[in-house]
Amino acid sequence: MGNFLAQNFGLLVFLFLAFTGYVFGRAAEGRHYISIRKREQELRHLLILTEKQVPPELEGYAGTLVAGSVVISVDYFKTVISGLRAIVGGRMSAYESLLDRARREALLRMQTAAAELGAQAILNLKFETSRISGNAGRGIGSVEVLAYGTAMIPGRHAPRPDRTHAA
Amino acid sequence: MLITNIESIPDQRVVKHLGLVQGSTVRAKHAGRDIMAGLKNIVGGELTGYTELLQESRENATDRMVAQAQALGANAVINVRFSTSAITAGASEILAYGTAVVVE
Repeated sequence: MGNFLAQNFGLLVFLFLAFTGYVFGRAAEGRHYISIRKREQELRHLLILTEKQVPPELEGYAGTLVAGSVVISVDYFKTVISGLRAIVGGRMSAYESLLDRARREALLRMQTAAAELGAQAILNLKFETSRISGNAGRGIGSVEVLAYGTAMIPGRHAPRPDRTHAA
Repeated sequence: MLITNIESIPDQRVVKHLGLVQGSTVRAKHAGRDIMAGLKNIVGGELTGYTELLQESRENATDRMVAQAQALGANAVINVRFSTSAITAGASEILAYGTAVVVE
């Protein structure tokens, strides 16, 4: 028994890490998705647009930059199965859900920042994803997702009298 | 200083364009934070330390951009973009750039 342990120490460590990653990673992902869905419901009233032009219904609002960001790490189990997937090719669903979570979290943080300012919409939303380099040396390690846009806040400036609002 | 990432300041008129302004910062990660990140790579989840670090650097880059705009006599920066790039292992550059303008 002792001999077996000594001979397969590397393998046992690997299995332990993969198992730990699977258990904790799954639990964390589940919890995160529940919280994401709940907050998305709460912030649904805050429109996010990807266009640059101010739509007519938001005319006269003040605009300011808002951003939200998050750094999310993979778990060891995902690193392992994605490593296997990289051999045969195809969809890497482990990383898909990771990026999906990160992007939605960044959006929510941006929306929260905008909601605190009393905004009603966010214009020209941009995403930016970057890899945090050299993390643990393998896989994608961790990624940062940044979401930013222009929050439109009503009532900061009264509409100028020279502007005619088409009814 | 008004900052937006659209091509105007809503409800205000651009009276003068003053050109490109930018601010950047290069940040290395903290060794202690990196050990924690190594552990997080096993169990997954958010790396709060890094989120804060990058947020701080981004604010820093934005501040530098704003300082440049102020030096030019601008009162707003429009069409702001952020860009992040990993330079070497453990360091990343964060850049903020936009167009300095005078609005009224």
